[in-house]
Amino acid sequence: MTIARIIVPRFILLFFVVFGVAIITFTISHLIPGDPARMIAGDRASAETLENVRRDLGLDRPVTDQFVIYVRNLVHGDLGTSLRTRRPVASDIATFLPATLELGCISLVLAVLIGIPLGVFSAIYKDGPIDQIARTISVCGISMPVFWFGMVVILLFYAKLQILPGSGRLAMQFASPQRVTGFFLIDTLLEGRFDAFLSAVRHLILPTFVLAFANLGVITRQIRASMLDVLQEDYIRTARASGLRRRAIIFNHALRNALIPSITLLGLAMGDLLYGAVLTETIFAWPGMGTYVVTSIQTLDFPAIMGFTVVASIGYVLINLLIDLAYMLADPQIREVG
Amino acid sequence: MTDTAMKPHALSIENLSLEFPTYGGAVKALDGVTIQVGNAEIVGLVGESGCGKSVSTMAATRLLPEGRYRITQGSIRLFGRDPTVMSDEELQQVRGKLVSTIFQEPMNALNPTIRIGKQLVGVIRRHEAISRRAAETVASNILSDMLIPQPSRIMQAYPFELSGGMRQRVLIAMAFSCNPGLIIADEPTTALDVTVQAAILRLIQGRARRTGTSVVFISHNIAVVSQICDRLYIMYAGRIVESGPTRAVLDTPQHPYTRALLRCLPERVQPKAQLESIPGTVPNLIDPPAGCFYRPRCQEADERCYAKPQSTTLAGGQAVACWQRLKSQTPVSSEA
Ligand SMILES: Nc1ncnc2c1ncn2[C@@H]1O[C@H](COP(=O)(O)OP(=O)(O)O)[C@@H](O)[C@H]1O
Ligand code: SF4
Ligand SMILES: [Mg+2]
Repeated sequence: MTIARIIVPRFILLFFVVFGVAIITFTISHLIPGDPARMIAGDRASAETLENVRRDLGLDRPVTDQFVIYVRNLVHGDLGTSLRTRRPVASDIATFLPATLELGCISLVLAVLIGIPLGVFSAIYKDGPIDQIARTISVCGISMPVFWFGMVVILLFYAKLQILPGSGRLAMQFASPQRVTGFFLIDTLLEGRFDAFLSAVRHLILPTFVLAFANLGVITRQIRASMLDVLQEDYIRTARASGLRRRAIIFNHALRNALIPSITLLGLAMGDLLYGAVLTETIFAWPGMGTYVVTSIQTLDFPAIMGFTVVASIGYVLINLLIDLAYMLADPQIREVG
Repeated sequence: MTDTAMKPHALSIENLSLEFPTYGGAVKALDGVTIQVGNAEIVGLVGESGCGKSVSTMAATRLLPEGRYRITQGSIRLFGRDPTVMSDEELQQVRGKLVSTIFQEPMNALNPTIRIGKQLVGVIRRHEAISRRAAETVASNILSDMLIPQPSRIMQAYPFELSGGMRQRVLIAMAFSCNPGLIIADEPTTALDVTVQAAILRLIQGRARRTGTSVVFISHNIAVVSQICDRLYIMYAGRIVESGPTRAVLDTPQHPYTRALLRCLPERVQPKAQLESIPGTVPNLIDPPAGCFYRPRCQEADERCYAKPQSTTLAGGQAVACWQRLKSQTPVSSEA
């Protein structure tokens, strides 16, 4: 009942968002100077070839027709054909998206698993040594630009110490696993190739760490601040006056409430991952969506850019849905009243 | 000696002085406070906001922020034990089991994300080695004792689903749940409307009388405490200025501050007459006035009041710290 009340508006919103994005991307693609048909056919193509390509692309039809076709294709999951790779954009994305998800998910889990305890202990031992360390870490995480930090760790661990690889998802000698989940950590294990799995792990360490670090800073700072707020609350005093154990008060009574304001932030962090991934992937030559879209932009591959934009906006709406569901789980007032 | 004479007081605060060091100087929150609460006795602690009522009792339960205050003289005993030397573990066992506190402001005093039943059961099982099922029964019984309709339904509810009065009843139930020897009720009715207030007062009084629990009832409203208390302590600016049996204090108030408090009660004022409030404010506790702290607001002050008045016990168990009372009444004894 209440779940439906949360999910249904999100899906209606999803529809409008995708439609809006479609209008924008379509308009932009028609406003940019340059002729897509010529880009595909090449500079030296004859007028006849050009005409054929134009007809194939539907560019000879009225603009409104073209938009209808574009949207109809979108609905069927057809994002057009990449000018650069000559493959459907949808299948390009299907190839590159899992790499980004693998990087992003692991970074997020890392940031949450380290950030929450760090924030909690930072708040409990406010102004103590643990707090000082945690605050230093979070200031560094928040203020260090990803591209700079990425360069530094590559220089240190790859170039100087030579203990970790600095680019790609697997070492040269390993073939990519058959795509089942698209996550190399899982797919290599499914094939029983433990050495390839280890190589995938080693390749993940630096980029996930760099990507996690910024979010770790934000999460630690947020959890610390909301824990400090919650520990001032009357119900914490009630719990103390009832003789409850300190551990129970902190983890059962305080943290649960402190997490609620952090949910939005976690959602934002997930959004940030997409953007952070673009930088991180470029630095680490990680074959994901970030690398794909950067290359597409450099080569003016508009169908690819549009496809990426549509997928990214769907991602944002889904993240928002996830946040709403998380709120519902965490806050009974939203769950019971809606 | 009889058994009762051997039994230590529920709470005994002796000549307690306590201050909070701050950047602006030490806030002298308590200055030589003495409060005795006997077994099964209901005692009221009255005074304007900021007079040190909460600090007095929170010093006894060690709920003041650790490390941010210091006790400069005096002693505290809870059932004969000194809370200032207890370990964290001992304190946690004492709180909720030996002494419970009911706080003001039922808005936020219950955890908003945990069901009422679970919060009650959590406290009960912290102190009693019983099963969850048994604890639920105890919780349900005590909720009905607090005149809460359909306790099993309330136990499933979250705090935001209840009215302020209901939440306050739950808090009282929680305080009584492990049958403590002493309950500290710190303005438990201040946030509630008058009709609910009266009901809550009777609940606390009724349960305390039935179970022989001692109560310290804190309020800024002398009318509220006098409804249920055996004895009253009137507090002003960190000092006890008057104490005695409720009837005696109400009928023959000795201290000018007590009289002022009584004059401010709406029910004592003629209809249409202006409701009085005491002119002036509670003094700054960092740099209080010399002598009697009430002097800047007192209409009876004279030159003696620049020295600190000692507490004098009068016939009938009333005690007062005011120079004016020294000449008009025969002191029975004079404390140093
Ligand atoms: N943690 C603290 N730090 C500094 N001053 C405090 C602190 N807690 C209480 N005080 C001061 O102690 C005095 C007594 O406060 P309190 O006992 O809460 O008054 P009330 O009689 O209203 O309960 C007030 O002047 C208050 O400002
Ligand atoms: S001692 Fe003096 S100033 Fe203080 S209350 Fe008595 S008369 Fe007033
Ligand atoms: Mg108070």
